[in-house]
Formats: sequence, C-alpha cells, structure tokens
Amino acid sequence: MTHPDTSVASRPLPPASPAPIALPDIGLAQTRSLVLWRRFRRNRAALLGLILFVAVVLMAALADVVTPGDPLRIAGSPLTDPLTVASNPWGTDQLGRDIMSGIFHGARISLAIGVVATVISIAIGVVIGAVAGYFGGRIDGALMRVTEAFQTIPSFVLLLTLVAIFGSSIEIIVIAIGIVSWTAPARMVRAEFMSLRRREFVDAARNLGVSDMSIIFREILPNALPPVVVFASVVMANSILMESALAFLGLGDPNYASWGNMIGQGRAVLRTAWFCSVIPGIAILLTVLSFSLMGEGLNDALNPRQKR
Amino acid sequence: MSLLVPPLLTYTVRRMVQAIPIIILIMIGSFLLIKLAPGDTVDALVGDMGGADPAFVARLRAEYGLDQSVFVQLWRYMLKLVQLDFGWSYVYEQPVIEVLMSRLGNTLLLMVSSLVVAFTFGVALGAIAARRAYSWTDNMISTLGLVFYAMPSFFLSLLLILIFSVKLGWLPVGGIRTIGAFKTGWADVADVARHLVMPTAALSLIYLAFYMRLMRTSVLEVMDLDFVRTARAKGAGGARLMFHHVMRNALLPVVTLLGLQFSTVLGGSVVVETIFSLPGIGQLAYTSVVKRDLNTLMGIIALSSIIVVIVNVLTDLIYAWLDPRIELK
Repeated sequence: MTHPDTSVASRPLPPASPAPIALPDIGLAQTRSLVLWRRFRRNRAALLGLILFVAVVLMAALADVVTPGDPLRIAGSPLTDPLTVASNPWGTDQLGRDIMSGIFHGARISLAIGVVATVISIAIGVVIGAVAGYFGGRIDGALMRVTEAFQTIPSFVLLLTLVAIFGSSIEIIVIAIGIVSWTAPARMVRAEFMSLRRREFVDAARNLGVSDMSIIFREILPNALPPVVVFASVVMANSILMESALAFLGLGDPNYASWGNMIGQGRAVLRTAWFCSVIPGIAILLTVLSFSLMGEGLNDALNPRQKR
Repeated sequence: MSLLVPPLLTYTVRRMVQAIPIIILIMIGSFLLIKLAPGDTVDALVGDMGGADPAFVARLRAEYGLDQSVFVQLWRYMLKLVQLDFGWSYVYEQPVIEVLMSRLGNTLLLMVSSLVVAFTFGVALGAIAARRAYSWTDNMISTLGLVFYAMPSFFLSLLLILIFSVKLGWLPVGGIRTIGAFKTGWADVADVARHLVMPTAALSLIYLAFYMRLMRTSVLEVMDLDFVRTARAKGAGGARLMFHHVMRNALLPVVTLLGLQFSTVLGGSVVVETIFSLPGIGQLAYTSVVKRDLNTLMGIIALSSIIVVIVNVLTDLIYAWLDPRIELK
C-alpha cells in the first residue's frame, strides 16, 4: 500500500454490461487514480500522514537491519538516559533492554496486528452488511439485531472477555480485535447496498440470470467499497489502539515487543525515567495520527464537493 | 383509556420492547462464551478444594444443573439473568450483583463527568471552529482535535500523572478519596472531585475530539440552510443567530453520536480506572480477567448492556425533544 489511492481507484467502474471489458477499464482506472493522487497531494495534512506512515513501515521493514537481535534481550545497563550512550541512542528500560530496538520491532507488531485485524473486521462487516442490505426483510432484521447486540456490549470489555477465555496469544488477540470491530463497516456496507440494489445495472444482471451471490460480490460490492476502504483507516487506528491498550494492561502476548507493553512497564519507573513510557507513547500517537490524516485526505480526494 | 397515556410514555415503552431481542441475543452470546471457556463452575470448585472423588464431582454437577441438556441450561441461565442473578464471585466471595452495585456509582460518576466535559467543550470548540472556518483558529482547533483523537488514553493518563502529580504535586495519583481522611459533607465532595480531575480528562479527550469535529461539520452544514439566511435577513445576527437558530439544529447529529458512543466510553473506563485505581466497573473487569473470575466478567457484560440500552432510549427522547419534527408514534 505505497499509494493508498490506487487501491481505491482501481475498482471497476459500474459495468455497462455484466461482463466488464477489461482493457478500457484499466485505462480509465489509471486516469482516475492519477486524478485522486493529485487531489490527495494538494492536501498538506494528508501528505504528512503519508510520510509518517511510510516512516513507520520503514521502521518495521528495517528493524532487523538498524537494530538487529532480539528486542527483549539485555543490551546495556538499566535505565540509561537517551542520547548518552552510542549503542543505546534512545536509552534503555529498567531491565536494560534497548528502547530503540523495542520501538522498531514494535512497529512490526502494531502494523501486523492493525492490518490483519482490519482485514478480518472488514471481511465480516462486508459479508454481513452485504447480505443484510441486499436481501432486506427478515434477513436484514435478524442480522441488524445481531449487529446491535455487538454494538451494545462495550467492545473493549468484550475484547477482555475473549482474551480471558481463549488466552492472549497474538493470533487470538488479532481475531478478537476483528470480532469486536466489524459493526461499523457492516452498517456502512448495508447502507451502500440498500441504495445500490435497485439500480439499473443490478436489474440488468438479475434479468440475465446472474446468481444472487454473483450480483452481491461482483456487481454491487465493487461500487460499495470506496467509503469502506476509507473507513478502514479508522478501523486500523482503532485496532492499533486496542492492541496497545491490551498490552499496556499486561494482557498482550508476552513473546513480542509491543509499544503498549513498553509503556505499561515504563509506568513502574515513571518518576525517575519518564522516557521509558514517553518514547513508545509518541510512537503510537504518530502512527495513529498518520492513519487519521491519510483517511481524511482520501475522503476529501474521493468527495471533493464535500469540502468548501 | 388509551387517550390518557402520554405519547412520551408509549414511545419509551415501545423502545424498551424493541431492545428485548438484543438483550436476549446478548444473553445467548454470553452463555455460549461460558460454555466455550475451558472448565466449568464445578472444575473451579474442585480445583479450589484440591481434588475430589468422581462421585462427589458428579453430584456437584447435578446440583448446579450441569448434567442437563444445553437448552435447559440456557433457559435456566436466562431466567437467572432476568432476575439480575449473575451468580457467585469466587474472588470476592459475594454475589456478583453486590460486587457490581458497590462499584457502579464510581463508574457512572466518571462516565457522566467525562461525557459532560467532552460534550460541552467539544460542542463549543466545534462551533467556534465553524464560525471561523478555514482561519488560523480553525486550523489550530482542528489539528488539536486530530492529536486528541490519536492520543491513547493510557498514555495521556501517564503524562498527566507525570506532570500534575509527580512534578507539580497538585493532584492525587489515584483512588477516589484520600485514604484515612474521613471527610464529610462538602469537603468530601471536593476530595472526590479532586481525585476525578485526571481520570475525567484522560477519558474525555478522545470523545471531545469526536464531538468537536462532528459539531464543526454540522454547524457548517446548517449555516448554509435557507432558514438561517431568512433569520439573518430578518435581522438576527451574531450570538442570537448562532445559539437560537444554528446550534440547536447542529446539535442533532452530536446527540446521536453521544448515545452511540456510550458503550465505547464504558469500555474506555477499563484502562482509565485501572491506571487511577478507581474502584469502578472498569477496574473490576480488569481484575476479573487477571483472576479468571468469569462470572463477574459476564455480569459486567450484562449490566453494561442494560445501561447502554437505557442510555440509548434516553438519547432518543432527548433527540425527540430537540427536534419537534420527530413524531413519537
């Protein structure tokens, strides 16, 4: 996802015929993505978000090059101040673990958890929202009651419960975050489907005998997806915040360096060594900020009329 | 007879009835979670006793109804929940409902104060930003909002503690009252308020950002509407136009969000209450996870769901009061 706009714009246009012709479609998509990129580029805040995001991705990618070795190993004398020792430029925590190494390796965990949890929650949301919005009636009623039930339970409490029951390995945490955050995408997809299902191209496809599943996923879904992709940035930011909150409370996977966990452990030495919790805190802040800024930039680029 | 029933009451009752299937779904869901958890009540009891012979275990299972079919168990579970019987907490050696009730007040106090702060400042700042749209003030406020939104509450809590407790020594690091002070009357109220300043700030900031952004968009939208132009043409200007004509209409989406987010705020109180060691529901959720007190956890889910449902009905009523176009049918 180097250019976040391409993933949005490369969606097929509303097909004139049920079998879209491939060649001109790609050409159109490219011009569209170019236009989107120009609009996105004009937005200075969105560009700042993109730069921050690329920085976090680079940190994750280069973690083993810049700070090789296990981030949880002892790498210096405990509680070294930042900018005093060359081998631990950002200082060490109370166990002598290098903070810079923890931040770089933690970027991997935060991004991985963010991406996978977002994919899971969007996938659940798309399926439930699409089926509810397309079929309507009783199916819609039943699925919406389930959605409301999930919205009624405080999501962080449900996340804690799932982790308490199924354990706090990294896989479980990712799935649990996905399970507690699919409701908003589901409502969004449902609304899009309800407005799209009566359109002519859908009727045309139905008349040609295209199956319901095919209409849902191949005809309507590509048209319903752009706002969901923008919303994915919000889900991603929330997933990262939820994971770091879990890790902060000491309920995360202890086998991986995590920013939340670093803050949680830094809390014990807050009085004497504030940098142990402030440095990872700034890392989370900037990462989440990058997603909000990019999401907003994308939103403005997709709906230029909404602004001014 | 039916003529005598005020529409507000029938509306409230109808909304409550609509919430019943949701509550039932949540009950079934939490029952399934308990069934999925490794080990049951009897395993926990026997584990506590350090083992027992199989005949005794079987008798205990029968006593707790665990030998019945799943559907019978579900039915009994739901009957108990309806009577607010959430079972026994093996950690606190009390019925779960009593543990919950002793802590509910603190959590509600924290939530109400946080939401009031978030709503008041969010609405005010959002309206100011919209009045001076695209100016330096607006950019300032909007950027601040983004930073607030990205700030994890636990990080903010630690920063507040570092500044106001460790460095300046102005505010207490945790708890709800000064231990051993036994203050009464207004002194007690002031003491509790002092303890709530930092938790409230930490919990409210992210929602403040939400309300601010929504209010800004909403005011901008309403200011473009015809009736605002009419009001302006008739000589309403400045404060009167803003408060009387624009704000009341612009508030509608913010009120909706307030109701929708109540359950998120409850979830957020877990982290904040744990950091500031406030004896509330959120801190209880954390200790229950650490101590594997599943009954208490399920009780928290049930109780918070009930609270959220009630709050949602209340927001609908406020909404109807703010917008007379909505009919209470």
